[in-house]
Amino acid sequence: MESENQDISIIIAGEAGQGIQSVEQLFVTLLHHMDYYVFSTKEYMSRVRGGSNSTEIRASLLPVNSFVDRIDILIILDEKAFDHVSHRVTDDTIIIGDDKIVSSISHPHVFSFDFTRSAKQIGNVVYANTIAVGLLASLFHISSKELQKHIASFFSGKSEQIINDNIQSMKKGISFAQTLTSSIQIPEKIKNDLNDTNSLLLLNGTQAIGLGALAGGVNFISSYPMSPSTGVLTFLASIGKKTNVFVEQAEDEIAAINMAVGAWYAGARALVTTSGGGFALMGEGLSLAAMTETPVVIHIAQRPGPATGLPTRTEQGDLQLAVHAGHGEFPRVIYAPGTLQEGFFLAKRSFDLADRYQIPVILLSDQYFVDSKYQTSSFLELGKKPNHHIVRTTESYERYANDISGVSPRGIPGYGSGYVCVDSDEHDEAGRITESGEVRKQMVEKRLRKMQQIRKQSILPTLYGSAQYETLLIGWGSTVHNIEEARKKMKTDRISFLHFSQVYPLHPKTKTYLEKANRIISIENNATAQFDQVLLEETGISADAHILQYTGHPFSVETLLQKIPETIQALEEE
Amino acid sequence: MNTSFDVSDDIDVAWCPGCGNFSILSTLKKTLSDLNLEAQQLVMVSGIGQAAKIPQYFKTNYFNGLHGRALPAATAIKAVNPSLTVIAESGDGDMYGEGGNHFIHTIRRNPDITNIVHNNMVYGLTKGQASPTSQRGFDTPVQVDGVILEPFNPLAVALSLDASFVARAYAGDQKQTKNILSKAIQHKGYSLVDILQPCVSFNKVNTHGWYKKHTEYIKDHKVSDKEKALHLALQTDPLLLGIFYQNKEKQTFETMHPIYEREQTPLIKRSYNSEVVKQIIKSYQ
Repeated sequence: MESENQDISIIIAGEAGQGIQSVEQLFVTLLHHMDYYVFSTKEYMSRVRGGSNSTEIRASLLPVNSFVDRIDILIILDEKAFDHVSHRVTDDTIIIGDDKIVSSISHPHVFSFDFTRSAKQIGNVVYANTIAVGLLASLFHISSKELQKHIASFFSGKSEQIINDNIQSMKKGISFAQTLTSSIQIPEKIKNDLNDTNSLLLLNGTQAIGLGALAGGVNFISSYPMSPSTGVLTFLASIGKKTNVFVEQAEDEIAAINMAVGAWYAGARALVTTSGGGFALMGEGLSLAAMTETPVVIHIAQRPGPATGLPTRTEQGDLQLAVHAGHGEFPRVIYAPGTLQEGFFLAKRSFDLADRYQIPVILLSDQYFVDSKYQTSSFLELGKKPNHHIVRTTESYERYANDISGVSPRGIPGYGSGYVCVDSDEHDEAGRITESGEVRKQMVEKRLRKMQQIRKQSILPTLYGSAQYETLLIGWGSTVHNIEEARKKMKTDRISFLHFSQVYPLHPKTKTYLEKANRIISIENNATAQFDQVLLEETGISADAHILQYTGHPFSVETLLQKIPETIQALEEE
Repeated sequence: MNTSFDVSDDIDVAWCPGCGNFSILSTLKKTLSDLNLEAQQLVMVSGIGQAAKIPQYFKTNYFNGLHGRALPAATAIKAVNPSLTVIAESGDGDMYGEGGNHFIHTIRRNPDITNIVHNNMVYGLTKGQASPTSQRGFDTPVQVDGVILEPFNPLAVALSLDASFVARAYAGDQKQTKNILSKAIQHKGYSLVDILQPCVSFNKVNTHGWYKKHTEYIKDHKVSDKEKALHLALQTDPLLLGIFYQNKEKQTFETMHPIYEREQTPLIKRSYNSEVVKQIIKSYQ
């Protein structure tokens, strides 16, 4: 294992449908149970079969949670795969593949095995994946006994034949590994109490958001499938019956948001999950939630646009859309989780905040966030049970009673002796249509008044590094770990990193962080530094330089390690 | 006649004098009153347009949402609290034009809601443009040489999607309309009541006189006969009135949905179980 990196980066590359996902799932869970820290993330094409996809798995003795370009071990499953990732291959990379596939590659460390033929001999070509897992596990000194136990539990529920075939495949992989051990030296793991990953949770961003929503009391989701947001819908569908979540696939995104608003009106806690294009269709529904002062929670997993863009890739390109979506003027809150902890707790908090202030709350993630998996400390301490901000109505109940806070007590139909009348037209306190200029003015002010309290509830950005800094890196949402790993590797106290998990509105204290810096560099996965625009609008301060990437891929740690010093130097020379 | 759904007399009704909406309003109030429905347990859901203002003139719960989007909201309201009676009501432009996709898919879901559509074959609130049900040749400020498109046939579409209750009424006949509405509201499942009505301001063609001449009630028809119902729905002159079809056996969205498979308690009355959530979280260890 490289002493500097403390981790091994493994890439599995092949066509869609070849089983990359099963190798990832099996091997990552295995490493987790064997007390390694693991991280995995995938990049894939917008197709069901063929193409070139890859998954990165980093295994480490220390916590690991970000994407690197470096490839220590490359497993290639088809002919095209090598070209797909060759720009990341160095002379130190170990390349492993089937005889037929790797024979043409000229590289000092190519190792070929007859994966396919062996798998067919065992019974099915798909066993090549298990052979690969056996090989990898063996390099990590995982014993045949442990591996067998794990495989049996992973495939439990399958037929005995399938379990046995997989065990046989795994053993084949172990035998392959013998010829490799002289070339790859991964030190034996030192067992100690500090490195007990079993109490940690191993999950991806989709699951963190789904679990957070559950802890926040979600009991209704209506959505239209759209990559990369669909995972939250399927996650809740998989446990909906057990947890009392009503799941409905809507005919379109417009139906989805109108169903969600209707469900909240009647007393449920509803969520919609979508991506930029779907959210664009929800604009009017968002505005409806605002006008009727009905809470709603919207998860947007961003992908590159405009229009269909790159459906399966990542970008932070819809922040300005989220800030400005919906016609008319109204308060909203936008969270952008970076860590899995933030994914969970912000999803949970979204429901309480939406309910308490009767506003739309947007959870802004992206493909990189939802598809990246690693270990995080447990969130079994759920905190308070969801607190429903609903009142029993009386005969004189008026839905929009003009309270000083701007928040009128919210009733629901059928609960109490009053009537709950909500209107998308401008309305009076009883909820009936009005065209009175005076009432209009009062209602606009009532709705906007909520912003003062909402701003006070804003989450402060997190400062990574020394409190005495010269350069302040600014990031938001999913880039947190990548920027932080790069910052740490630069080993200087003069550079700190300020990460925002709430991107709108900003906490009033934000400005004090910015004022302390000699130079501010904003790092964003988009082409126009959208968060820097929010920063300027909210604090009057904007970045001195930007590091922007809009290739559809996340920032690698290496890219940041190169760009950050370059940008600082350019600023110094100005 | 006074009903428990009446609002105070001083409310400023936004409809034109002589509008068909007035008779639909009073007929619906009487119907609900005769059915002894509790106003607190009723939710009127509407979109935007002159017809969609009807909940404003009711003393009950209402959700006056977006143009074309009443049905998804109504579906969700009923889904999370099936003990409510839910009526989704708007005009032809709202339900069949802007909300056309929801019309199709709501029928497929078959929620236990009543869908009342005020059909005057014209856009009123936006001042006289063609609606999906405007007849060919109808002159408007936009369709200056007359409408060239085939009118939308809501009943035939509904029947082809196996809507569980399909009817057409005429606003000028309060007695029959009340009878149809009453059966529609009592029907378990999605019910469509398309109510023909004149628009005194913008439709000088399809007037009361025209409707008298071009409509007639269905005679000798078994409402369980879907094929004949479709045949009758495809007839355009005269337009037939009455209940075309009812399927009492069809399961509703709420009864079919997995969430109500084992437990009848309305979703919103079920309590949060932190133990189950913890168990699921633990499975990721």
